[in-house]
Order: sequence, then C-alpha cells, then structure tokens
Amino acid sequence: MKRPTALILRAPGINCERETHHAFERAGAASEYVHIKRLLEHPDLLDDFQILSVPGGFSYGDDISSGRVLAQEMKAKLGDRILRFVDRGGLALGICNGFQVLVRLGLLPCLHDELAESVTLTHNLSNHYECRWVTLKTRASRCVFLPEGITVRWPAAHGEGRLMTRDAASLQALLDDGFAAVQYVDDKGAATESYPANPNGAPLGVAGLTNHNGRVLGVMPHPDRSYLPTHMPEWRRTQLERGALPEDGDGMVVFREMVKVAAAEA
Amino acid sequence: MQAWRIDVLAQPDQLDPIGDAARRTLTAAGLTGVSSVRSRRGYLLAAELTREQVDAFAEGVLCDPVIECFTVHAPGAASPRPEGACVLTIVPKPGVTDPVAHSVQKALADMQLPVVAAGTYRTYDVYGEISTGDLLSVAGKGLANETVQQILLDELPEGLPGESPPPDLTVHQVPLHGLDEDALVAISNDGGLALDGHEMRAIQAHFDGLDRAPTRLELETLAQTWSEHCKHKTLTGTVRFEGRTIDNLLKSTIADVTRKLDRDFCVSVFVDNAGIIKFDDEDSVCIKVETHNRPSAIEPFGGAGTGVGGVIRDVLGTGLAARPIANTDVFCFAPPDLPQGKLPQGCLHPMTVMQGVVSGVRDYGNPMGIPTVNGSVHFDENFVGNPLVYVGNVGILPTKRAHKQPNPGDKIVALGGRTGRDGIHGATFSSLELNSESESLSGGAVQIGDPITERRAMDAVLACADEDLFSAITDCGAGGFSSAVGEMAEGTGAVVQLEQAPLKYEGLAPWEIWISEAQERMVLAVPPEKLERLLEVCEAECCEAVVLGTFTDDNRLVVKHRDDVHCDMDLAFLHDGLPSRVLEASYEAPPLSEPALQPESDYAQALRDVLADYGVCSKEWIVRQYDHEVQAASAGKPLCGIREDGPADAAVLAPKLDSTRGVVLSNGLNPRYSRIDPASMAECALDEAMRNLVASGGDPDYTVVLDNYCWGNTRDPQCLGELVRATEALCDLATHYRTPFVSGKDSLHNEFRATLDDGGEATIRIPGCILVTAMSVIADVRRTTTSDLKRAGSQLVLVGVTKDELGGSVYYKTKGELGKNAPRVDKDAAHAVLRGVYQAIQTGCVLSAHDLSEGGVMAAAAEMAIGGKLGIDVDVSRLVVEGELDATKRLFSESQSRLLLEVGKDDLDALSASLGDAPHAVVGEVTAAAVLRYRAGATTLAELELGDAEAAWKRPLDVDGTLLEEVN
Repeated sequence: MKRPTALILRAPGINCERETHHAFERAGAASEYVHIKRLLEHPDLLDDFQILSVPGGFSYGDDISSGRVLAQEMKAKLGDRILRFVDRGGLALGICNGFQVLVRLGLLPCLHDELAESVTLTHNLSNHYECRWVTLKTRASRCVFLPEGITVRWPAAHGEGRLMTRDAASLQALLDDGFAAVQYVDDKGAATESYPANPNGAPLGVAGLTNHNGRVLGVMPHPDRSYLPTHMPEWRRTQLERGALPEDGDGMVVFREMVKVAAAEA
Repeated sequence: MQAWRIDVLAQPDQLDPIGDAARRTLTAAGLTGVSSVRSRRGYLLAAELTREQVDAFAEGVLCDPVIECFTVHAPGAASPRPEGACVLTIVPKPGVTDPVAHSVQKALADMQLPVVAAGTYRTYDVYGEISTGDLLSVAGKGLANETVQQILLDELPEGLPGESPPPDLTVHQVPLHGLDEDALVAISNDGGLALDGHEMRAIQAHFDGLDRAPTRLELETLAQTWSEHCKHKTLTGTVRFEGRTIDNLLKSTIADVTRKLDRDFCVSVFVDNAGIIKFDDEDSVCIKVETHNRPSAIEPFGGAGTGVGGVIRDVLGTGLAARPIANTDVFCFAPPDLPQGKLPQGCLHPMTVMQGVVSGVRDYGNPMGIPTVNGSVHFDENFVGNPLVYVGNVGILPTKRAHKQPNPGDKIVALGGRTGRDGIHGATFSSLELNSESESLSGGAVQIGDPITERRAMDAVLACADEDLFSAITDCGAGGFSSAVGEMAEGTGAVVQLEQAPLKYEGLAPWEIWISEAQERMVLAVPPEKLERLLEVCEAECCEAVVLGTFTDDNRLVVKHRDDVHCDMDLAFLHDGLPSRVLEASYEAPPLSEPALQPESDYAQALRDVLADYGVCSKEWIVRQYDHEVQAASAGKPLCGIREDGPADAAVLAPKLDSTRGVVLSNGLNPRYSRIDPASMAECALDEAMRNLVASGGDPDYTVVLDNYCWGNTRDPQCLGELVRATEALCDLATHYRTPFVSGKDSLHNEFRATLDDGGEATIRIPGCILVTAMSVIADVRRTTTSDLKRAGSQLVLVGVTKDELGGSVYYKTKGELGKNAPRVDKDAAHAVLRGVYQAIQTGCVLSAHDLSEGGVMAAAAEMAIGGKLGIDVDVSRLVVEGELDATKRLFSESQSRLLLEVGKDDLDALSASLGDAPHAVVGEVTAAAVLRYRAGATTLAELELGDAEAAWKRPLDVDGTLLEEVN
C-alpha cells in the first residue's frame, strides 16, 4: 500500500520541522520538507500531498504578532488554495506556532467554508514564554482523526497561547458546536483556567481547535515533542511500575490517527 | 524624516498582560502610586505611503482584529496623550538592530504595498498618582536600557532616522615612527585598541622595517587579532611561579593533559571553534562554552542574547558545519536582594541584570529552536560590577566533516546578517577593566541580536554542508570580518573587497565594515565551481550571501575598498608577531580559621536557611522560560519528579531521533571555595561536574571536559598565582579521571573600579572561578536516572566519605562565616565512587541518584524528596566519615565525591557489588509520609513537613510569585 504523503512546511523561524517530520514517518507517512518559498512558487505542490503540517517555531521571529507574517504571506500568495486543499480531502495539522499561523490565516476554526479570523492566540497572562508539561483531554469534536475523551500529557512551550474570541458567547459556541477539540485539565480531569495546569490563562481551558469539516487540527502544546516513550517526563516511573516502556509517548496518537485516516481515504 | 505613526492596543475590555507586567516592573523598581498601565505597540512607516495604504496595512497586518484596535497619526501630527496618563515611549536608538522593522517591510511587500522605511516603538500609558521624574528614572531600570534605547515622555517618536552622512573612505595613515612608548600607548588608548606599550613597539618596529606607517585599518586589524579575547596572551604567555618558569601556561597544563591522555574518541581538540569527539560510527558531537561578561554588565538583555547567538555560530562553524542541539548557560550575579544603597555607581542592580540576562538568553535561544537543557546560577557580592554569563552549545556533525581547509582560489563568501556600526571594538573592550563610566562610554560595543536571521544562516549553512559546497567555514565573532578572514587566511592569504559587504545602512567607513561585530554572520571558503550552487541554496533559504573576496597563496592579507588598498600585511606578522609576555605570579594562602559556632539549636530552621540560599534554591523560574524540549531529544530534563519541580543533576539527550544513543551534559562551579583556596575551587568544579554527570547516568570513562576561566587582574602576581594554583590542581585531577579537555576559554580583568561616596576608588574583584562543563556519550538513554525519589520503603545509600570540610559551605554562609577547611578531592577514592555509581546505574538497581554539593546531605536528601513528593528518614550516625564529626558537620559538610542513591531493599547486595571499593553505607529510607526526618541514632535532629522545606526552597527566586502556588 502506498504510504500517505505529508508536507512538512519550512519557513524562516520554523524550528520543529525535524521532529514533526520524524513523527509522521514513524506513523507510516512519507513526509517531505517544503520551504514556503518553494510552495509559493509552485502552489500545485499541494496536490501531491494528503497531509499538510505547519510545525512550531517562531516564523519570521513572530514579529508584529505570533504567526502573523507567515500567515499574511500565505494569505496573499496562496489565497484559497489551502482551503481547497482541505475541501478536496486533505488533512492539516498546526502545532504551536503552526496553530497560530492557521488561526491568523483564518483556517481555524473556519466556521464556514471561508477564511476568516474569528479567534486569536495572544500573550500568556504571565506575559512570558513558558515551557511546561500539561495534561490535556480531547473533547467530542468535529475532528475526523482525533479520538474523543482521551487524556494525554504534552509539553506546552509558548508565550502567546491564550485563545481568545471576541466575546464569551462565541467561545461557548466553539465548544457547543464541536470546534474546540482539546482542553487543559486539572488533576481531577476537569477543564481549567487555573495556572499552572492551564499555562496561558485561556478561558475555558481551550488548547486546540478544529474546523467546520474536522479535517484541520491546531494545538498549542506539542505532540511532536511527546511521541517517543523517552520524551515523557515520567518515563522512568512508568518503566518501574509497568516493568517496561510503552511503545509510544502520548503525542503519537495524533500522527498515527491522522495517517490512518489518510491511508483509509487514499 | 517624518513618518506615519500607528499605535496598536488591546480593545478596552481586553486584558493587557504586557501593560500589567510593566506595572509590576515599575512598582518593583520603586515607583509608587501606579494604578494601571496600558501598553501600545507602535510602528513608523515612511511618509510616502497614502492614508488609505496605511489604514489597509494596519487593519490587515499590524492589528489583531479579534482583540486589538489601532489609531493612525499622520506625519508631523501632534502626539496625543490619553487623559490622566503619563505616556512613556521606548524607541531603539539609531543604528540599533530592529528585527521587527524588517518583518514589517516584508509584510508590506506581501500586501503589494510600496516597501518603505519602517521602525517600531513601544508605548506605556501609565495611570496613577506618580511623579514624572521618578517615572523616567525607574523606566530606565526595568522597562528600557538607555544604552540602546531612548525613553520619551509624553511624546511619540518624531519619525525615522534620516539619511546617513557619506562615509569617510580615506586611507588613513597612523604615523608611529619615532614615537616614544608613552605616545604609542596614547594612540592605543585614544583608539580603544587595548594594546600595551610592548605590543605597540612591536608594531612600530614592523612598520619601520617596511619604511611606512600603518593604516588605521591595519592597526585596527592588529588590535583585534592581538586582543586578549582572541589571543589569550596571558594564558599563553610565560609565567614565573614559585621558582619555576612555565612557558605557555595553557599549552603546558590544560592542553598537555589532553595530549598525554590521548583518548581515542577525541576527533579534533583545541584547533577549531569547538572540541569534537566521536558519538557513533557516523557522527561526532562538538561542544564549546564561552563567556559574554562585559556586554552583559552594560546591557544584560542584548549582551546575554548575543552571547548565545555567538556560541551557536561557533558550533555552526565547527568542522564543515555542525548542527546545534543544546544550549547550556551558567550565570554568576550579586544577590538580587542587594540593598540599593550598597550598589556602586555605574552598576546595574543585580535583579535588573538577572532579569535581563534570563530574558536575553530566552529570546535568543528559543527562537533559534535550540533547547536550553542545563545550567546553574551562583551568587556572590563581588559579581556586582562583573556579572558572569557563560554560554555553551553542543552540536552534531558527520565525523567526515570534522576537518576543514580553505584553498587558494576559493571564494570568500559572507552570509547571514548585514554589517552595521554595532559592536565596534567589542573584542578590545572585553579586555579592559570596567568602571563607573563604562555604561555610558561603551554602548557601541553592545549589540542587539536578531535570532531569525541567525536561524536562516544556520538553515542555509547546513543545507550547503549537506551538499559539500564549501571547504572551510568560521563565524564572525569578536573582531568581525578582520578576525574571521584573518584566521581562515592563515597559511594561504586573502584579498577582500569591502564594498561588497551588504550594509544595514550607508555611511560606514571601510575600517568600520572590517571590524564591526554585527551579529549573525558567517564566512565560508567556497571552491569557485561550487559558488553558483551555494548562492542558489542560500537564496532558497532566504539567506543573503555575497562574495567578499578570494583566498590567495601569498600569505598576505589585502583589504580593499573599491580600488583603495586599506591593508596589505604579512599574515605571518599578524599571527606570530605578538611579543610573548612574561608575567610574575606568586601565591600566599589567605589567613583564615574555622569558626567557633554555637551548637546548632534548630536543625529544621538551619535546613530552611540552607535551602533558601540563592545558590541552592529552586531555579524553576528561569528553567521554565527556556525551551528545553524543542528538537525532541530530551530524555532527562532540567526539572524532574512527579510534578516536574525537582532539580536535575544533568541533561540527557538522544540527539538522533531514531536512536537511543545519548549525550549527558553537566557542569560544576563553586566561586565561594575560591575565597579560601583556588585549588579547592578548581578540583571541586571538576568533581561536581563529574558527580552531576554520573548521577544522571553518564559514563565517566567516555567523558570530556571544558575549562572556562573568569578571573581578576592577572597583572597582580597573587591573582595570577591563584590562577596557576587552580590550573595545576584541575589538571592533576583531570589526568586522574582520564577526562581530556577539548575546549576552553578565559575572561580576565573581571574587576570593577567603583567610585566611593568620598570620591575615592575601590576595586571590586570577582572570586577567580573555573566553570567545568562535562559531556559524556552513552550507549542508551534508557539506562539513566533522575534525582527524584521513586518508592516508599526503598533504602538511601550514601556513597563517599564525609569529612570536616565546611569551609566555604552554604551552612557557614548562613551563619555569616567563611571557614578554612575547603573541600579537597581524594583522587583515588573519587575515581572509585564515580565508576562504582556508573556501574550500579547500568545494572538498573538505582531508582534515583543525586549528587551532594552545596548544603551537604541534608539539602540533597530534601531535594530528592521534593522531586518525588515522598518523605525521608536519614540517620547521620551511619555515614562513612573521616575523623570525629558532630551531627552538624555530618549534615552540612560539602566533602566531594559523594552521591546519595535510592535502592530497593532487595537490591542492596547487587548495589554493593557494583560499588566495589567505593565506601558506602545505608543511611536511611524513603517514607510514604511526606515528612523529612533527620536523626543521629535515636536522637531526632529535625522533623519537618515536606511542604515546609519545599516552600523555603522555592520562595527566593519565585520572581513571578507563581511557584509557590503548587506547594500544598
């Protein structure tokens, strides 16, 4: 069977491309780096891929605001091609800065079939970058590949991760209508706004979003830094308790399920 | 030049974390009456844009439509002022790097708008009952640094900098013929060259022989190349010490250890930017640590950031390019609670320095995508004028790319950032003593970094390396092009055309282009037939690259600007003409004695005091601001335990994602022992680095080390004698451990001339210190361990001998004493301990391991409990000791070569078998109840709740007030 293909986007300042590439390969995809410059010159390249991944980093230094300059470049030069990519059955994943880019681009949450900025990811309440492991729970959402109701630990590492909407009602609608896919949870498994379980102060603890047709996922914390068993902060304790290490770290589920869906649809 | 001004701010009902942080900063800096602060981001766009264009750009790009709004001020319009607010605006000074402005221009282009000049500023609307005078003075302490930024009150910046005046392109001669030494030294001093009379005379003689005067550019080239920073002329000079003559101190001590050990895993040492050792059959790892002290004293944010950027370029320029995989940072500051009244004039407050350094490292290392995995922070009053900022980087490269050599005919290619007037005279500035005027006079030597430009350069260089497109590479560091090209051309020769260098702005004289230390630049030697492809790859990676000249075969350094020859020098003189120094050294031990302390009356309080020492306490506030997970190689993190808040001893990395082969990285430093005996300081630094490494699973037999000196004025014989004594002790121990030195660096003259209230002067000298960084290669990261306790009921085994060694200890420090008995290392016993613990961890029986350092066994056991959220019961009467020791000494002695291990009861025999000759004893057990209990036999010495100790440990550097939220 032909392996599903994943485009790993590169751009000045994107810096998680190697681990994202490796995680997709490990999940069975054939992944390829494509620099934004090349993609803008040859937008038809998108047709060769089933999965588009925008990795984390600091695209263009996160100047002006996080992800803004890369999103602007993609909006101006790729226009609706990305939307068409998703419409024709492509899957997309934005992690951390990649999530910020997809939000600025208007691809997330993308309530209807058009690019529009309706939410933002802005400065953490602490006003600084922070790297810490968080516990997340996936919701019943529109996302076609993320399993519902699982609890995972991934590291968050960002300074601008507080997901905000214009008003409280639109935020509630994101949850009610299945756009909010992942939430920060506390020790009891309940969605939380409290630091440090929620590292940025996002209302209702929203950590990740999907779009109207569930084919795009954006998350602030990093599945690409938690897909190997030894990535997990407590792997030694796990090994001690279970007598052996599990095959995967908690982040692997995203890559496996995405590749599984892409393979099934091919 | 007038410009459009666009203010972007949070909508009134939205939170403003940047404004809130500014309010906290102003209040912490001593401004009273601030009720609230709202922040604005400001952009300047040249006046030729139309109102419609500006509005469209602000709406489409500058403003976040969901939570922000914006206002546009026409060029020349008055600055508006919100009612009831004082408006504080911070603008980069002309010539200071403003990376955001470049992104603004890119976004203009993407929107198909005219690409015009752009700039940025930051504005704070400060509300409350405040005095504007006070506001201005505290703003300079926390919100801005006037070395690189301008602070405006109640006005927005008028516009963008105008056209630069045309550059002075004249070839300036500097006549030296017939001048006496005083006149020569005056020329050196006036030009900021940092050359002494002896050196100036050598230059005079050389040019007299040529029957001409040197040009300004030639003199500058010599000053850069011969600077202490580049040549290490003290450590490579001749030293007379205790009746002996030591020729080339560095070569006959540090380098000699490596030569004699001749370890087979060393690939390239002391010849390249970084030391290279074998990782596996295909790849090698390389490591470099250096200091960026002077710039960080003046502008902590920019200084620390560009320090990180510099050491990353060092590794990138190692061999034929290595990929950086980890940062390590070690800082020394004065205590952050230093009373303002004790702050010498001309020094930044240590809290300001610490916050600036931490954010500088953060804002460079994180965007580069290189994890900061290891470090430590040390405090001593004498770091007040000279904070130390050690920055290190590890890289990985195919072993076949470990060596380089430019060939005549190769093109000299410069790539990465553009050249500006930033960082002129950084190399020579770093060789001078700081004083109360350095802050205002040396601003030009300080730079602000642009990490994304460096990231582009890194991506481009690595892509070119994969295609084998160059024959040599180095970074532009101290001395800029002059050092980079001058070093690469040694043995060949070079012709450089300076007008080819891309400039940030017009107006630079040729000598300025030549020695500018503008950041983010690399220099490559490219065979002509590969040039076209190399330029293509750089273009594809959005990285600017130009041909600056050609390597030749005449061993001459020729530097031209268009047709004018600004330099035509014999490279042999440039590299070998520096006269050797002869320095006197002597050593006399300071008159010290052991304190006569009252018997300890409250051990629980003593523990809290030790845990709350700035050197011991939790550094979580710093660690969490650094990305330690990027690159997904982390298998042993800087914080460990079930809540990830326990201290880790070393970092464990698996840098190849499809392999479990690993690297362990650690460090050791203890400035306080230096006040008693520099030999103790040096030995303990190495022993501590090795303990940290072994505690985490490092292999002591596959380990290399780095030496990084920070010292005072070595022209003082006692000061130099201390350095020699420390060096010899360090080399002795390294020989015994069979750990070769693979790289090192020194920063001398770390003294601050303070002006006293009575008009007199006092010299504040740092305690001499050597940072030892250790790196080990291990077969499998799954056979490593952490310091957090894992299981109630397991046994605590203390390996190593406890002695009467509290001199320089934290316990004595908490009692206001220094003492005399600084720890020394028993070489044979130490080696047995390191090997034994490594073997034990390999068998898998060790559940947790932690090194004993500051605070002795009492602090170490508490730290293990904090990580594991379990209790301990330790009986100090069971320790293996030397001589008669009371309970206090048993608890707090800082004797070296000791580790505390957690082992299951059933595994004690297996452990003993692994430990072999290493002295050890079961000293306690892990308990389910979260209580720390210390006793001597049946007598309880201290019993306290874990949360009590944890709060004491977390409080001191809880700068944001958030760490304690987690303590129950």
